[in-house]
Amino acid sequence: MTFLKKTAASALALTIGTGAAMAADCPIKVGVLHSLSGTMAISETTLKDTMLMLVADQNEKGGLLGCELEAVVVDPASDWPLFAEKARELLTVHDVDVIFGNWTSVSRKSVLPVIEELNGLLFYPVQYEGEESSKNVFYTGAAPNQQAIPATDYFLDELGVEKFALLGTDYVYPRTTNNILESYLKGKGIAESDIFVNYTPFGHSDWSKIVSDVVALGADGKKVGVISTINGDANIGFYKELAAAGISADDIPVVAFSVGEEELSGLDTSNLVGHLAAWNYFQSADTEANAGFIDKWKTLMGEERVTNDPMEAHYIGFNMWANAVAAAETTDVDAVRTAMYGQEFPNLTGGTAVMLPNHHLAKPVLIGEIQEDGQFDIISATDPVPGDAWTDFLPDSAVLKSDWKDLGCGMYNTATDTCVQIKSNY
Amino acid sequence: MRRPFVAENPSVLVFLIGLSIFTVVVTVLAEGFGVGALSTSFVKTLGKTLCLCLVAIAMDLIWGYCGILSLGHFAFFGLGGYMVGMWLMYARTEIIVEGALAQGDIPPTPQEIIDGIGNQIFGVVGSSEFPVVWTFADSLVIQLLMVLAVPGLLALVFGWLAFRSRVAGVYLSILTQAMTLALALYLFQNDSGLRGNNGLSGLQNLPGVTAPQSAVSLWFFWASALALGAGYLLSAWVVSGKFGSVIRGIRDNEARVRFLGYPVESFKLMLFTLTAMIAAVAGALYYPQAGIVNPAEIAPIASIYLAVWVAIGGRGRLYGAVLGAAFVSLVSTWFTGGQAPDINLGVYTVHWVDWWQVILGLSFVLVTLFAPKGIGGLFDLMKREDKA
Amino acid sequence: MTQLIRLCCVLICAALLALAPVAQVARAQDTPADAAQSGTGAQSGPQIGPLQSVLQQDAALFAKSSRKTIGPVIDRIVSSGLPGVPALLSAWQNKSIWQRKADGLFFLVEDLGDRSYALIDLDSGTEAGRAEKSDLKQLKPNSGVRGLIATALVQFQLSDPSRATREEALIAIERRPGPDLLAPLRASVAAEPDPVLKTRKMRIERLLTMAYDDDPQDRIAAIEAMSTDLGVDVRAALNPLVATTLAVQPTLPEDRNIARVLVPGSAQLERLAAYDMLVAADLAPPRRSAAEIKTLLATHIDGGRVGGVPVARLSDPEARVAAYGALFAEGLVPPRVSDADIDAALASHVFFETYAEPDPAVTDAAEAALATIATRVGLNQSLDLGLDAISLASIYFLAAIGLAITFGLMGVINMAHGEFIMMGAYTGYVVQQVIPNHTVSILVAIPLAFAVTFAAGVAMERLVIRHLYHRPLETLLATFGISIALQQLAKNIFGTQARPLTAPGWLDGALVLNDVVAISYIRIAIFVLALIFLGFFLFLMKRTRLGLETRAVTQNPRMAASMGINPGRVNMLTFGLGSGIAGIAGVAIGLYAKVTSELGADYIVQSFMTVVVGGVGNIWGALLGATMIGTLQKGIEWLNPSNTLAAQTYMIIFIIIFIQFRPRGIIALKGRAAGD
Repeated sequence: MTFLKKTAASALALTIGTGAAMAADCPIKVGVLHSLSGTMAISETTLKDTMLMLVADQNEKGGLLGCELEAVVVDPASDWPLFAEKARELLTVHDVDVIFGNWTSVSRKSVLPVIEELNGLLFYPVQYEGEESSKNVFYTGAAPNQQAIPATDYFLDELGVEKFALLGTDYVYPRTTNNILESYLKGKGIAESDIFVNYTPFGHSDWSKIVSDVVALGADGKKVGVISTINGDANIGFYKELAAAGISADDIPVVAFSVGEEELSGLDTSNLVGHLAAWNYFQSADTEANAGFIDKWKTLMGEERVTNDPMEAHYIGFNMWANAVAAAETTDVDAVRTAMYGQEFPNLTGGTAVMLPNHHLAKPVLIGEIQEDGQFDIISATDPVPGDAWTDFLPDSAVLKSDWKDLGCGMYNTATDTCVQIKSNY
Repeated sequence: MRRPFVAENPSVLVFLIGLSIFTVVVTVLAEGFGVGALSTSFVKTLGKTLCLCLVAIAMDLIWGYCGILSLGHFAFFGLGGYMVGMWLMYARTEIIVEGALAQGDIPPTPQEIIDGIGNQIFGVVGSSEFPVVWTFADSLVIQLLMVLAVPGLLALVFGWLAFRSRVAGVYLSILTQAMTLALALYLFQNDSGLRGNNGLSGLQNLPGVTAPQSAVSLWFFWASALALGAGYLLSAWVVSGKFGSVIRGIRDNEARVRFLGYPVESFKLMLFTLTAMIAAVAGALYYPQAGIVNPAEIAPIASIYLAVWVAIGGRGRLYGAVLGAAFVSLVSTWFTGGQAPDINLGVYTVHWVDWWQVILGLSFVLVTLFAPKGIGGLFDLMKREDKA
Repeated sequence: MTQLIRLCCVLICAALLALAPVAQVARAQDTPADAAQSGTGAQSGPQIGPLQSVLQQDAALFAKSSRKTIGPVIDRIVSSGLPGVPALLSAWQNKSIWQRKADGLFFLVEDLGDRSYALIDLDSGTEAGRAEKSDLKQLKPNSGVRGLIATALVQFQLSDPSRATREEALIAIERRPGPDLLAPLRASVAAEPDPVLKTRKMRIERLLTMAYDDDPQDRIAAIEAMSTDLGVDVRAALNPLVATTLAVQPTLPEDRNIARVLVPGSAQLERLAAYDMLVAADLAPPRRSAAEIKTLLATHIDGGRVGGVPVARLSDPEARVAAYGALFAEGLVPPRVSDADIDAALASHVFFETYAEPDPAVTDAAEAALATIATRVGLNQSLDLGLDAISLASIYFLAAIGLAITFGLMGVINMAHGEFIMMGAYTGYVVQQVIPNHTVSILVAIPLAFAVTFAAGVAMERLVIRHLYHRPLETLLATFGISIALQQLAKNIFGTQARPLTAPGWLDGALVLNDVVAISYIRIAIFVLALIFLGFFLFLMKRTRLGLETRAVTQNPRMAASMGINPGRVNMLTFGLGSGIAGIAGVAIGLYAKVTSELGADYIVQSFMTVVVGGVGNIWGALLGATMIGTLQKGIEWLNPSNTLAAQTYMIIFIIIFIQFRPRGIIALKGRAAGD
């Protein structure tokens, strides 16, 4: 049967003719560059499994261009320099056609020079700080304007927050996001003295002073809200201290950008009910596609496993890539890249994601309230928001624009009408 | 007159010849100028391994020969990387920014260029102003001097404080570990001015160089081999003379050496600083090959691994350190890289990625307990058998 | 194609919107008849009661429940004066109001399970049929809307027979105080039966009086009465009274309640910020930024020259100024505002802050009250900081006490000490998986954690450390190897994700002295545990046979052996004891923070520092060391509140320097016991 399928496929490939010549080198290889060991393993292993599931799915549907897909998995072990080494290995030794990978910003920055040098193709699935545009990377996670800005708007409009505590872990994503938010809030008429910023190290556990500082912010009679870009394990101590201080979400709401279903599974959420998170995807989204996706995931990985936002990003990214390859009739990076623009694929949460010329997606933004069972109750969903590589709220970036389709430039200065650089900044 | 130093130490000659042969073989096999049997990424791995061997030699000098278990030498290694990384980033960005600004109608002012560079380098970490530590980043010469000067100075000050107050043994080890932790935590801060957690990246792209990475990787491989050779020679020379005898004396009985009238503290301090500088040179060569240097590299655990390599290789002999570093780091890469095939035991599948650390940890206990001389000890056994 | 679809959608929506009012009117006309026979069952078609018809008037806004648009809807519901309003509002607040998709009617819904729901008519309170979940849409008022609903509910709840409801009303007022609430609150104070609630009502009444009463004398009296209160709510009521706005005018106005006059260039008002205010108020021409000047210059390039200056020379800032000056002279560009222009403009205007509150007597009283409170808050903050420091110190002490035994007494460097702490925490986690009752599970976990880590410690001592007693550096490395192995084992068994270790309910919450000073019970528990360990340790060392033997072996193993003590056994037990205590510490630390495989590694350097700083071989030293490090860290954090990471760096540097002056720690053993 497989033999028949393959012969049929190759016959098809022959009839297509020269266009399929590139694709003839079967199998099509899909590189998976996620840490399977080290500190990031917990988050990234999930994504590796997601990729394997998606590749298997595609093969069941008959592969691509008459070829089987083959996933090439490597382990960069949460070691940032190793990411660059493994990316080079994927592109030169394994000759993969596309890479799906990375989680942390620093790992992405480590990989960028290699991908650009060797003209590879990377799909990056995690929400990030923006301020970057690479010809060779498609950003399927949220840019700040697809997560941070709508959540802040929700705070301002729906919750009436007048004073903001921006708490973050001390690394690039919170720093940049908070910079953007500070500038955005000032534009909204929030005084500088009403914005409290604090950074803590990774894995910070002693939160009592910071929580009491936040409570004390309420002393001038303004409603206080916390925007948290606290990363990973540190959240546990933070939420425990919040709960101990008896801060209800109605008094001081907390919206988190790095806390999803996966992170909550390490917590007793009964004291956190009502606090918020902003993502492009929640497992609780009530659609048929999502139910199917969750079902498949649970059958494969176990009933207790949850799905999360970066998984959806890979789901959309992979399917768009597959469609683009089918449309371009080749896996050649430049051809696929061109075919990617304008690709549409249904979100798991309903609606359709569109790939924009700046390599970002247009996706809806969801805001969810934490529930007792560790899931999120979606209380707000926007229309699709087009991702913005360069933020509009920092003066240096506001003039920059990314358009790889028509301008062929990721860092185009609209004030001077010049392309600042073709490579990305790393 | 004394006999030539190399003649007195045939092992040095053997090592240097071996290293040269290795370098030639790799060059011939590599993609850059040779037959292409070795991929560029593997050449980079080998080049990096040579740098690790060099820092292991420094560790062996201070620990194996002088008995000071420093858990801070990888911090010096990282600092060296930072110093050279600053110039690499600055110079590379300068070319980009000047190119972009030259497209405008009006030539840029120097301030505009500096602002542009600052914005490019620090924009990603949410700032745009140049911190003070970058003052000399535009000068390759000064930054290269700083590769030696900054770690050297840190070692000098720290060593002076520590040795002066007679902190020794395990206390000193813990103190050096605290120093490493402090440095790592400091660099982790965004406010350190060295881009916090992100560190310095894109270091493999040499400013103004258009040669492909396959060639660049070989240049660095040669430079690393040269540095390792020179470092080995220097270390062998240091430990062979009177200085070497004194520091070995300090290792075996510090009080007695002091009673003999030697300024023990000065000897220790000199060696500590020297080895810090050797480590820094190794780091300065390592990170342009790795492509990125960031605070995670400096974390205390890295320095402890360094001690592990030296212990497994065999303390108190330079080739032991080289062997240990090369062997353990390469095996480590092999196991954690997912290349090692998983073993299916039926009830349980052994993933080497998961178990490698356990094996490494336990092997370390075994080496300490049963083979304090490490791999180098095997050579001794062979020699003894030869004689017998 | 997509555009076509979009267009269709827009058209359909528009049509629906246009039809909606018609439908509502039609329903509204049905109302009287339907109301008369409401509750007769779902079969007889939609029943429109009066409350339902009020809702249907704003059906779209009501269903959307957005804070931006919901205000008028709530007002209309409340002003309808219907008896079902309070019940409706609370149901809405609790997310139990659903809309039937078919006809847009709202119902109170009860979940019957199996995705089937009972619809309860809002007016009659009787069941009006059942529906599938897919036919219904739940109204999910967000926290902001729930707050507004709660405020609307206040007037119905203040005199409610149920104490809980009355308390809810008070919480709603506290969250969103408003002028309308003062009168109903005052009216309800006298009749309040519950003394606690009565005090609380009176307090809130004072706060509302300060802000909203008409009589200034009453307000000042209220302000003065509350001027010793530390509550955040008091400051929250006072601060808006003294809120100021910065303004600029050519001369100081007479008729305003002016707080202060600001001088541009001072710390309160930067020079350029002041000038920007003038620009914003159209009192001065805008400054040209360097980029704007560059753009303007570029637009006036004329034959390779700008204003007579060759373009190539424009990389020099001076040349740019000259070129711009030339262009301005020709009238081609707006003026470049120079420093002198700025100073002149600033000098001819007055910058001042005015109170929003017009009555100076009130603002003065509020300022005075705030000043009094500020001093007290400052004092209490120091106290709170002190408590935090003690709490941190007790955590460090707890993490280090085992080490004080193994390292301090026996001189064994155990780098795997942190992993024993981790093992204790994971023991707690596993026990909690088996025994769901948190109190019981913790009571079981503590001895079990001790047993597990005691066994691990003894095994390690027998197998490894015993062979290395005379090679301390090697002990360090070997135990480090064990540490790596244990950490990875924990990862293999439990995964890298943090595991929950939940404290029993009675440890939830915090001991609140006032709004400034509070400490969570879990931290108090850790403090108490640290004290217990201290007592236990002292008792063990000074009063028991084992303690005596340990001290003997520590001071002189050979002599001790010749006195009939078995040093091997003593070492084994002592080491096991130290490890066991680490296990218990692990349970406590896991309760307060998180359980991960890196839990121990986070504390190991700190623990060693504690012992080294305090002085080896003395429990009081460890205690002092922990206190010093904890206080220091909190102190540095207080000085530099926005960066906790810096605090840790500076602390370690401080310790390194401290050791210069006291290399043997705060409490240095003297004489033979000091050993070498």
